[in-house]
Amino acid sequence: MSSTVYIIICALLSVAVLLGISLMSRVKTAVAGNLISAFSVFLAIIVTLLFNNILESWSIYLFMLVGVLIGGAFAVRVKMIQMPQLVALFNGVGGLASALVGILSLLGIGIIAGEYLVFVNVTSVLAIIIGLVTLTGSLVAAGKLHKLLPQKPVIWKNHSAILNFSLIVLIMTAIFSAFSKNISFGVEIALVVSIIVSLLFGYAFAIRVGGADMPITISLLNSLSGVAGAIAGMAVSDLLLVSVGGIVGASGLLLTQIMCRAMNRSLKDILTGKTSVTGKIAVTGKIPDQIGLSHDVITGAAVPGNDEHEPIEVASVEVSEKTTEEILKSAKSVIIVPGYGMALAQAQHLVRQLADILEANGAEVKYAIHPVAGRMPGHMNVLLAEADVPYEKLFEMDAVNDDFVTTDVAIVIGANDVINPAAREAKDTPIFGMPVLNVDQAKEIFICNYDLNPGYAGVDNPLYRRTEGLHLLLGDAKDSLNEIIAKLN
Amino acid sequence: MNPIFLVLVFIAASVVGYLIIKNVPSLLHTPLMSGMNALSGITLLGAVAAVGLSLIAVDSGGRLLGQLLGGIAIIAATVNVVGGFGVTHRMLKMFDKKKKKL
Repeated sequence: MSSTVYIIICALLSVAVLLGISLMSRVKTAVAGNLISAFSVFLAIIVTLLFNNILESWSIYLFMLVGVLIGGAFAVRVKMIQMPQLVALFNGVGGLASALVGILSLLGIGIIAGEYLVFVNVTSVLAIIIGLVTLTGSLVAAGKLHKLLPQKPVIWKNHSAILNFSLIVLIMTAIFSAFSKNISFGVEIALVVSIIVSLLFGYAFAIRVGGADMPITISLLNSLSGVAGAIAGMAVSDLLLVSVGGIVGASGLLLTQIMCRAMNRSLKDILTGKTSVTGKIAVTGKIPDQIGLSHDVITGAAVPGNDEHEPIEVASVEVSEKTTEEILKSAKSVIIVPGYGMALAQAQHLVRQLADILEANGAEVKYAIHPVAGRMPGHMNVLLAEADVPYEKLFEMDAVNDDFVTTDVAIVIGANDVINPAAREAKDTPIFGMPVLNVDQAKEIFICNYDLNPGYAGVDNPLYRRTEGLHLLLGDAKDSLNEIIAKLN
Repeated sequence: MNPIFLVLVFIAASVVGYLIIKNVPSLLHTPLMSGMNALSGITLLGAVAAVGLSLIAVDSGGRLLGQLLGGIAIIAATVNVVGGFGVTHRMLKMFDKKKKKL
């Protein structure tokens, strides 16, 4: 295969990948788009084998078979709620692969020696650095999402200094690698330093990010894994790596921007560890002594608050108990607001059941999806799709926010910060300015949350103090929903 | 290959990619991300070339290291590609199946 033919084929395959991605902008064509992208990668592998004349290198097939088996097992077994950590994990292994390609290219193993040695050395080192930062950063992110690591930001003494220092060392190593061939053991020094320091850097930067900032972090790591691939491609002169890596890098960056805007956070704040929960409460998972209690709360007892927050008296619950049924039966328009709590309780199927009943009673049901509901961009949509909720009923925040005023009933399931009106009014809170769903404007509000503790941002929700038209159903969302459904039947 | 050409390709691909991806609605952001994730395993091509070339190289000096590191790279990248596309396909089919029912 001549290099002209090779370049043309690479260009065509890049266009095919872009076509595949553009098809992913609509549900109807998305499946085809994904298949086109996958098929392009398959063709690219064959082209690579032909172009390098390495069809007979048997070990390639052996290694790929192992990868196919492991990757296939992941793809089939993973649960939809585990998608964020899976994506994080895959980002990490992608970064590892790019870093290894960088290492081999720096050592001059398995590449056709070219004339641009300085460029190859610098890009190799950069590929190692970005790849390994992606690896450890992603593993930490996956660990946090999978609850293997604490959700709270871990902040060391001199954390910023360590990060800044490692960053400077990494930049200097990249510059040094340009001259490393002329210095004895220069390549080895560049290799060892870049490996150790980038592994440390990735770990240090990710460990400081809190659980709720994960949507942003994994978007960023997604971008980095693409950039690592592109730079590894520059090192080994592989056009497809460069173009596809660039596309992935751009997409990750775009998603990062969208997430930052939706959470009202600047990327800099997250990377420098200015998490809104420094030292404050971040209630995640179940608190043992509340599990037994939680469901009794519905009868009107004071809520067991935590030390820092005054217990909120739940008023008017007695009244609401009697009218829940009537309100829901007579509702003509309902907006359901799902949050990560719904995912934790695995309540999406019950949500669907409730929606079906309400629709059978003549109500129009919509779902309002906040951009950062869940633990990765678009996570809530996938969970609801899993429960067979038609995607036409899923509305983005901007499309549905004005409808709350005219809505009879808003049902919140496991969401807190994204419905907190304090974001509009309370200037001194960390969530001030964050776009929120206007749940408070609905006539009747049902909230099926685990407890009344503040959400991840640590800000009390004034919505809970409302005395009219508020129905709190505390406890596991599954139980609460079952209760409502039982009443309606 | 000329470095300037490679850098230009990188910039062009990023810009075009950015513009196209902007059209994807947030409804599909999770599948988009896992699809992109799969594509980042494209580095598989580099790993394949490295393993292949080091296996058939006349100079056997770096063969063992090439097979070892390159082999891990191929496995990691293949997991990324196969797992990524596979799970994206699964997700997208969940969105699509209602279409047939309605």
